[in-house]
Amino acid sequence: MKFGVVVFPGSNCDRDTLYALKDVLGQDAFFLWHKDHDLRGADAIVLPGGFAYGDYLRVGAIARFSPLMSEVKEFADRGGMVLGICNGFQVLLEMGLVEGVMIRNRHLKFLCQHVHIRVENERTAFTNKARKSQVLRLPIAHFDGNYFAPAETLKALEREGRVVFRYTDENGNVTEEANVNGSLHSIAGIVNRAGNVMGLMPHPERASEELLGGADGRVILESMIETLKARETSKKKRS
Amino acid sequence: MIDEKTIRDHNLTPEEYGQIVRLVGRDLNLTELGIFSVMWSEHCSYKSSRVHLKKLPTQGRGVIQGPGENAGVIDIGDGLAVVFKIESHNHPSFIEPFQGAATGVGGILRDIFTMGARPIALLDSLRFGPLTNPRNRAIMEGVVSGISSYGNSIGVPTVGGEVYFDEGYSLNPLVNVFCLGIAEKDKIFYARAGEAGNAVLYVGSKTGRDGIHGATMASAEFGEETEHKRPNVQVGDPFKEKLLLEACLEVMNRNLIVGIQDMGAAGLTCSTTEIAAKSRKGIAIDLDLVPQREEGMTPYETMLSESQERMLIVAEPEKVKEVRDIFARWDLDAIPIGEIREGGRLVVRSRGEVVVDVPVEAVVDLCPAYRRKSVKPVAAEGAAGFEWPPLLPDYNEALLKTIASPTLADKEWVFRQYDHMVLVNTVLLPGSDAAVLRIKGGNKALAVTLDGNGHYASQDPRTGARIAVSEACRNLSCVGAEPVGVTNCLNFGNPEKPEIMWQFAETVEGMAEACRAFSIPVTGGNVSFYNDTEGLSILPTPVLGIVGLIEDISKLQSPFFKKEGDLIVLLGKNKEELGASEYLRVVFGRKQGFPPEIGLEEEKRIQELCREAISLRLLRSAHDVSDGGLAVSLAECCFLGPRRMGCLIDLQDEIRSDALLFGETQSRIIVTAVVEDLEALLALARKHRAAASVIGKVGGDSIVIRGRGKELVSLATEKIHGVWKNSIPAFYKT
Repeated sequence: MKFGVVVFPGSNCDRDTLYALKDVLGQDAFFLWHKDHDLRGADAIVLPGGFAYGDYLRVGAIARFSPLMSEVKEFADRGGMVLGICNGFQVLLEMGLVEGVMIRNRHLKFLCQHVHIRVENERTAFTNKARKSQVLRLPIAHFDGNYFAPAETLKALEREGRVVFRYTDENGNVTEEANVNGSLHSIAGIVNRAGNVMGLMPHPERASEELLGGADGRVILESMIETLKARETSKKKRS
Repeated sequence: MIDEKTIRDHNLTPEEYGQIVRLVGRDLNLTELGIFSVMWSEHCSYKSSRVHLKKLPTQGRGVIQGPGENAGVIDIGDGLAVVFKIESHNHPSFIEPFQGAATGVGGILRDIFTMGARPIALLDSLRFGPLTNPRNRAIMEGVVSGISSYGNSIGVPTVGGEVYFDEGYSLNPLVNVFCLGIAEKDKIFYARAGEAGNAVLYVGSKTGRDGIHGATMASAEFGEETEHKRPNVQVGDPFKEKLLLEACLEVMNRNLIVGIQDMGAAGLTCSTTEIAAKSRKGIAIDLDLVPQREEGMTPYETMLSESQERMLIVAEPEKVKEVRDIFARWDLDAIPIGEIREGGRLVVRSRGEVVVDVPVEAVVDLCPAYRRKSVKPVAAEGAAGFEWPPLLPDYNEALLKTIASPTLADKEWVFRQYDHMVLVNTVLLPGSDAAVLRIKGGNKALAVTLDGNGHYASQDPRTGARIAVSEACRNLSCVGAEPVGVTNCLNFGNPEKPEIMWQFAETVEGMAEACRAFSIPVTGGNVSFYNDTEGLSILPTPVLGIVGLIEDISKLQSPFFKKEGDLIVLLGKNKEELGASEYLRVVFGRKQGFPPEIGLEEEKRIQELCREAISLRLLRSAHDVSDGGLAVSLAECCFLGPRRMGCLIDLQDEIRSDALLFGETQSRIIVTAVVEDLEALLALARKHRAAASVIGKVGGDSIVIRGRGKELVSLATEKIHGVWKNSIPAFYKT
């Protein structure tokens, strides 16, 4: 499938994301320059991690004004799949494609470590290859990953099954200690109402090879591929 | 006319000034004095160290570029080369810990990508005063967040390093930053001017008044007025540097430039003159064209500014447009500010006037080299004054106390603030003997380690240096890597003091001996003198950065025990040594004794044995014995892995139990092997004429160590692990 990986000037996980999709998973993946106005026929868009514009203002605040973002917004509105990882999640929040904000980590320190996240909804376009309540071990690397949203938003997210991943311990228990950045409801990943846009704080692209200490992240990327394939098949059937 | 006070204020001696006047043929103006003062500073000219550094072996297998460029380059096969270098940022980090450390990272990254390499790893060697002092806690917090902020933003992983604590670093923290990059071997770029008529382009951030005289600051002692030097520290902008990195690599990849030099210490002055000197050409620039972010800067200020994230590029005139287009794509200035000329002069114009006109060679190459007076300090013989401490009934408490010493304790508090995984190459995470990075698209991997021990060097600098080289190589051998190249950062006090000079000279001798013994070339490094504040010097601290190559990543080895029932084998011999050990300092508060002996031939045999055993897949783990001795290393083997394990050790050596457990005897590696492989391993040891003996077995959930039948240590692994893990965070609990 065709994956467009958006490159902002300060993206730094763009190459890693491309590597995971292309070299590890054998997809047709390519970079999309933020100043362009062309998604080059991508079936799915990934906003990678990094510091899009240096993030001296609120994280992700400037990136949403990048020329390419208007195409990404339209693409998402038409139902196109968009995954925002880490800083990409923060950009999605700023664009209003998913709800909430990220504030500084609870202990006001950058955190780079492996965490465990539990699959809360295995029926999304991003998790259909995972099992319900499956616990994944993925790395995080962020300063602003402390998810915050008003009570009504949180309620809606929970009610509609839009909390896709939650930080847990290795046995899948939600604990204060496992919620390393202090996110409300231990939220690590959410989807929009239509289910085609996901924001995810941990890095699946960093966990796609056993050599690097684990391949749990593949299930997320492979779920996306599965969804795109299914869409293509149904499109063919229709035509 | 320049008066004597102005000369002194510029850290030049009257003799040096006289020499400059003879070289230029007339008196200098103030801007020219500024230029000579930074280029003839210790930091830029290596005037006190040059005569000694010549002794280091710089040639060897694979060397593409030795000392003298921004970084060293070593061929690693498959058309690839590694580019690496270490630099100190001690002085700025003391004055302003966050920015000092951050710009240290920025500077070393530029050294690497200036050569055409993409940086793939950062490591830091840090030294602070004891954490019991709130000021030291604040310095460490500032330095760590500065490194984290810069490295994490630009997206180069900080994969390892070391952190030491000692009173000697209270007023002089050490921040040594190492960077490693990968380049195509035939696409390395240098500071070159090419032909007369080539265009000189200024790229990157605009110039401001920050960091003026950073290099001269790093060439003098600090006194009480140091606080006033804060404006001498530059401010870093990792986002700008990321743009600069991508744009520079792009123009180099498309072969659009002739030469490139980063504007680090001494900014425009250093980059213009060095690029011209390397090609024996002249250079003319117009300061009115230099992008400036402050109004009314004088030529003196513009030439000496150390504003960060700037580079000087030389390109053929017809390529200038294409270069500028690429920089514009990354939203960066690339401004032609002058040209390369024949005649070997640096000519600087400002507002229509020539403000500088001096011979390039005089600025860059003719600074005198000093053979400064060197005297063996009285203390170096007497300080030893070693007395054996009392023997203890058991060593449980002593082990807990030793392993809780922040120098030995878990550094996760530091490492988890660094993004150590970005670029998806990191195979062994921080905390192992060496950091290991795979090379994408093949089977090979790189291993990197930084090592140094100021305590050893302060008691016996030559031995300290020999040990630093040996230990770094041993760390690489433990993961199965063959050392291929060395860089070093030599941190010392004021070289004008004969005792300090003696320490320095001895250190270089020791390093040279060890590098020769292991046949590894030194490809560059950095000397940081004047690490003195209020008359107190640091411990002499040579830090070695050594890069190793792993041919087959599937054979990679790690330090921790893997499976119950595996046999624990000690490669090397235990000796009755306890001098300069962490145990003596922590448990008895004694800084005394000579460092352990080091036999370079024996060391080499042990390492070769370890590497060959790994490559024959005879081992299940390998961990070197170093600070804290056998007991601490065994404990680490039990808890560094994903699962805590135990071990039962039976030692038969006829030596004192404190030395047996905590002595820091060199040339020892703890390995494990399955029972069936033992014979093959022992036979291999005989082949290498290296000692190897079974000392115990992996199993249980406690660490039990017996010496000739007597139980010396018996502690739950969990308990030791807890103490080790909580030591540093406890200082930061509010």
